[in-house]
Amino acid sequence: MSAILLLARYFSASVRGQMQYPGSAITLGIAQFFATIIDILAAWALFDRFGPVQGWTFGDIALFFGMVSVSFAIADFLSRGFDVFGTEFVRTGNFDRVLLRPRSAALQLIGHEFRLSRIGRLAQGIVVIALSTAALSLEWPPEHVVLAAWTIAGGVALFMGLMVLQATLAFWTVESLEVMNLLTYGGVQAAQFPLSIYAGWFRNFLIFVVPIGCVAYFPVLVLLGKSDPLGAPAWLLPLTPAAGFVFFGAALLAWRFGVAKYTSTGS
Amino acid sequence: MTIARPYAAAFAARFMLLLQYRAAALAGFATQCWWGGIKVMVYAAFYAAAPAAASTSLSLSQTITYTWVAQALFALVPWTGDPEIGQAVRTGAVGYDRLRPVDTYGWWYARAAAWMTAKVVPRAALMLAFAGVLLPLIGLETWSWRPPPDVAQASLFAVSAVLLVALSSAWVMLLNLAAVRFLDERGVNALTASLIIVFSGNLLPLPLFPNWMQTFLFVQPFAGMLDIPVRIYSGDLVGERALAGLALQAGWTGFFILVGRIWMERLMGRLQMQGG
Repeated sequence: MSAILLLARYFSASVRGQMQYPGSAITLGIAQFFATIIDILAAWALFDRFGPVQGWTFGDIALFFGMVSVSFAIADFLSRGFDVFGTEFVRTGNFDRVLLRPRSAALQLIGHEFRLSRIGRLAQGIVVIALSTAALSLEWPPEHVVLAAWTIAGGVALFMGLMVLQATLAFWTVESLEVMNLLTYGGVQAAQFPLSIYAGWFRNFLIFVVPIGCVAYFPVLVLLGKSDPLGAPAWLLPLTPAAGFVFFGAALLAWRFGVAKYTSTGS
Repeated sequence: MTIARPYAAAFAARFMLLLQYRAAALAGFATQCWWGGIKVMVYAAFYAAAPAAASTSLSLSQTITYTWVAQALFALVPWTGDPEIGQAVRTGAVGYDRLRPVDTYGWWYARAAAWMTAKVVPRAALMLAFAGVLLPLIGLETWSWRPPPDVAQASLFAVSAVLLVALSSAWVMLLNLAAVRFLDERGVNALTASLIIVFSGNLLPLPLFPNWMQTFLFVQPFAGMLDIPVRIYSGDLVGERALAGLALQAGWTGFFILVGRIWMERLMGRLQMQGG
């Protein structure tokens, strides 16, 4: 309970801090909305010119894209501390202070900063899901709403797991590794289109190594009322977001190992 | 010649400095490969779905080459002003630049050009090695970066690439001046970046946008920052169309430089020094 109270404190402090410069926060949010929504413009232009591809239409792609955007926006909102962990905590030795406080390090890092500008991507995801709903005249019965929430939760867990892994690597590399952006931002990019259009090896990577497909492809098929062209059984589709939580759990184990091995750089 | 020397020195110093960031260049390169790979797979799927309905001037192999060249030249897309100039304005160091016995516009312009070329040279070389040499070697010939069709197109491309740097630098100068004017460049940068990504062809090759937009897309200034050079390279813009493209690049460059100079004149007249 005290953990949640503490997070709420962190949250309100961070938001109040950012609202000291409301113009900046709002501009960055709007900028992020546009920077991320242009991808759907590209998809629209391609469908306008080529028509449906492998049975997928623009509305389908919009749902894939909107769902992964919402997941990533929330995860990014919660894990800024892990994202800058190498640069701001390990290299400077600030992590020592975190360890001295009587709360878990992971909790404090989540509370490090909540960037309001992420609302831009969240809003973009919601707009794109609405676009998809309009284009396909999708119905949202309660079980689909629950499935969407479960899918997004799995996606948040997966992306946070990636950020935790990036932070864990920083115990050894000292700096934050930009290469991990490949899996976070790059994963979002890849998940905008259904996995079935990719080459087999790339698809397998996105299902079995970094299970983005499990939180952004299989469950979304159910929302679209489609069966999997790759042949995954129908009963399995709604269960796959669990893979995101498994990934998150594995990342936290790696994180624990890293914390145990940590030697300070500070003086 | 002696008049150009300080600007050449500014270019060289900045170029060498930026070449030092090898790790950042490698990370950037890996990202470009990933992005390029995803785009290539997506385009291949679309072309396979409707080969006849495409009714576009670009073939699949031209689109793929376009994608790789766009990734290679990514650093030439002018998303942000020169961060050091924004910094100099906030700290007051801009005063040193005003005291130099050179034209400040030219000085900053040379820095901008060096900044972008230094970032692009190593990445473009790596990208060519990856997409032009490695991909065909591992049997992914259809996904590879192809050479230009003939010598004429290649030489036109060389001219167009130089104009690309000139045009992008002129645009960066406008962003720099916005930083001088507003003291904080982040807002302007963030808002113009999306515009440039869409209209330069970085998001999607411009010929793949609907046909009714094509005339507008060709004449707007951002096409010269990627689309025109790449389409000359791949043999999509030939003859008169290619020359028109070059003229557009040169014209927009001149226009932006003119606007930048007039704006700079006015801003510097009432520049307030920050800091102490």
